[in-house]
Amino acid sequence: MMPITIIDYGTSNLGSMKNMLKKLGVPSRFATTADEVMEAEKLILPGVGAFDSGIRTLRSSGMVDALNQKVLKEQVPILGVCLGMQLMTNRSEEGIEAGLGWLDAHAIRFRSEDHPGMRVPHMGWNEARALKSSPLIEESPERFRFYFANSYHVVCTDPNDVLLETEYSGFHFASAFEKGHIKGAQFHPEKSHRFGMWFLNNFALKA
Amino acid sequence: MLSTRVIPTLLLKGAGLVKTTKFRKPVYIGDPINAIKIFNTKEVDELIILDIAASSEGHPPAFDTINDIASECFMPLAYGGGIRSVEDIRSILKAGVEKVVLNHAALVTPNLVRQAADEFGSQAIIVSIDVKKTLFGKSQVFSASGAQVKEKDPVKWALQLQALGAGEIYLTSVGHEGTMTGYNLNLIEGICSAVSVPVIAAGGAGNIEHFVAAKKRGASALAAGAMFVFQGPHRAVLITYPSREEIDLI
Repeated sequence: MMPITIIDYGTSNLGSMKNMLKKLGVPSRFATTADEVMEAEKLILPGVGAFDSGIRTLRSSGMVDALNQKVLKEQVPILGVCLGMQLMTNRSEEGIEAGLGWLDAHAIRFRSEDHPGMRVPHMGWNEARALKSSPLIEESPERFRFYFANSYHVVCTDPNDVLLETEYSGFHFASAFEKGHIKGAQFHPEKSHRFGMWFLNNFALKA
Repeated sequence: MLSTRVIPTLLLKGAGLVKTTKFRKPVYIGDPINAIKIFNTKEVDELIILDIAASSEGHPPAFDTINDIASECFMPLAYGGGIRSVEDIRSILKAGVEKVVLNHAALVTPNLVRQAADEFGSQAIIVSIDVKKTLFGKSQVFSASGAQVKEKDPVKWALQLQALGAGEIYLTSVGHEGTMTGYNLNLIEGICSAVSVPVIAAGGAGNIEHFVAAKKRGASALAAGAMFVFQGPHRAVLITYPSREEIDLI
């Protein structure tokens, strides 16, 4: 099995991801330098917190050029998780910094004022519905649910990039995207019990 | 649809888990790692662990214990107790904990809530509010650790915390805690109708009907302690959690 390289740029949920992959029997390692990124065969870009501080920390880690090389030139499979997913887009309403721009999309805040009863952050377990087929969601349970903790969500310019959709207070948003080898999940698969295990296992084995 | 979270709250005192009644009379209930493993197999929605002695005794978070706990948790985990700085929070989150719970620190240095939310995002910052009735029957913010309470009105304090960037409010009625007789529903309704962030109701849950009642008053998540660690009238220690079918009915 290909080892998964987790980008370690000082964000905080690395321990959870490593613990979960270990539980699944998937070999993983952290990358903190461009050289370590260049050795990667499969990547996870984690992230929690604010957009600008996330992207600035990632840029100051010196790994972005290597990541661009891996993702855009070599087309190495990559999964962005939570803020990691949002960083892969062009920009976010949350900040002023440009995103990585790997996928034509951007992040916006949940419009709680337009949806009665919508509390922000969107926090807790919610279901997701597949809008297309993908190795990431093969052999899916009949219904699946994931753990979310987000105030912002991604809007894909091309609706065909949306892989999973989730409903919150009557509003539907992209809870996962996939464009070839570029994949993102707004939820936390590393904290979603057997549903997260299923999803990450598919990324490890089939993506 | 976002489902209503049902969250076991485990109280840590020293190396062991305890359960209190009205914040008093801690009864030893077992080893934390063992309890967490059981909750893991029961696929709980989320877990909250509070070190009830850290702030009052003035010691820092038990980072080794937190590491041990986090490596056993494949569900979202929140930790509170003894947190004083952004660096404390960073260490806890780095161990694999999703959220921290601030109570004492928010009362003493409210600005820590803002700093922490800016640094780690609001979704990682829960602020806990303990509310106690005065002799005259008025609900006031209470500090179990003896911190000075500057804003005594629970609704005003909750609004201040939301403005500072708190992502969730963990709301406990001291007089109901550990009694298993039901939540303080008026308190829950008062806070939930004032703030726009999710509110976790705590203190008093004894059965599913109590959950339903608190949800109706606006709670986004339902925490319980005694209900999930005690069984029967003599409070024998037994770790339980409702089935997914039961939770779906809430």
